[in-house]
Amino acid sequence: MTIILNGTLYELGDPAMIGHLLTSLDIVPERVAVMVNDRIVPKEERNSTVLNEGDRVEVLIFMGGG
Amino acid sequence: MNVVQKLILGGREFESRLIMGTGKFASTEIMIDAIQASGTQLVTVALRRFNRERPSDDLLSPLVKLGITLIPNTSGARTAAEAVRAAMLGRELSGSSFVKVEIHPNPHHLMPDPIETYEASRELAKAGFVVLPYMSADPVLARRLEDAGCAAVMPLGSAIGTGNGLSTADMIKLIIADSGIPVIVDAGLRSPSEAASAMEMGCSAVLVNSAIAAAGHPADMAAAFATAVKAGLAARRAGIMSRSECAVATSPLTSFLTGA
Repeated sequence: MTIILNGTLYELGDPAMIGHLLTSLDIVPERVAVMVNDRIVPKEERNSTVLNEGDRVEVLIFMGGG
Repeated sequence: MNVVQKLILGGREFESRLIMGTGKFASTEIMIDAIQASGTQLVTVALRRFNRERPSDDLLSPLVKLGITLIPNTSGARTAAEAVRAAMLGRELSGSSFVKVEIHPNPHHLMPDPIETYEASRELAKAGFVVLPYMSADPVLARRLEDAGCAAVMPLGSAIGTGNGLSTADMIKLIIADSGIPVIVDAGLRSPSEAASAMEMGCSAVLVNSAIAAAGHPADMAAAFATAVKAGLAARRAGIMSRSECAVATSPLTSFLTGA
C-alpha cells in the first residue's frame, strides 16, 4: 500500500494502523503529532485508525523556532 | 497595565520576564545551555515535518526535561485557517494550551498579517488557548486582540532577525498605556540594554531569539539578557525620575569660587 508521508510516497504493508507506521519509522509516539488527510489523529486513536491507499499523512515534531 | 504586577499568563504566574525563542541555535546543546543560563520558564517552538535523516532536530524531549513551558508557534502559516490547524497540532503534541500566533507570509520582511492574526487569535481564544499574538506595534490592533480574548499582545520591536532594536518604542508606549493585558516585546531586540529599556517603559516581558542564538557566546548572552530584564523591571518598580525641560543641579551652586 502506498501512502503520501510528509509529501513523499511511502510503502507500507497493509492493513496498517498509524501505530505501525510510527514503529516502522523508529519514532517514539509521544514525540510526534499526526494528521491524516488534514485531520489530527490524537494519540489515543493511533492504534485504531487504519491507513488507506493514497492517504496523506503528516508526521510532525517540534523544532527550534522564535 | 501596571507592570509592577506579576506576570500571569493562562492563570499561571511566571517569575522570569525573559521568554526565549529556540530557533537559529548552532546545536541543541548550545540551545539548552542558553535556556538554562537565561532562567526562562517559557520558550517558543515550531512545528515541522519529522525527518528520518535528522532525528536530533526534535526538541520536545530535551525541553520537557528542563521543566519549561512550551509555546508552540504557528510559523509557516499564511492564513488564519493554517494557523488554527498549527495551533491544534501544537496543543496535541505539547499538551500546552499556549500558542504564539505568528502569521507572516512575506519572507523578505516577515511582518505579521494583522487580519489573519486577528481572525486566528479570536478563534483560538474561543477554543480555550492561551493566545499570544505576534503583531506590528499597532495600538488599535492591540486593543482589538485584547478584546478578542488574547492573554497578552506581542508587538515587534523591529523586524525579526534585524537586531534593529526598539524602533517601535513610541507605539509600544501607546499600547502599554491602553492595555489591560501583558505587553511582551517580541522580535528585533539586539542587546540586553534594549530589553532593559523595554521593561522600563512598562513591558511585562520580552521575547528574545536571534540576539541570543546568534551571539558569540549564547549562554553568556542569555544570562546578560536575564540580568537586564531584572534591572529594567526593578528600575520601573523603583520609580524612574521624570525628565526635565531644563537642567536641575545636583550639587549646590555657590558663589565662593567666584570670589563674589
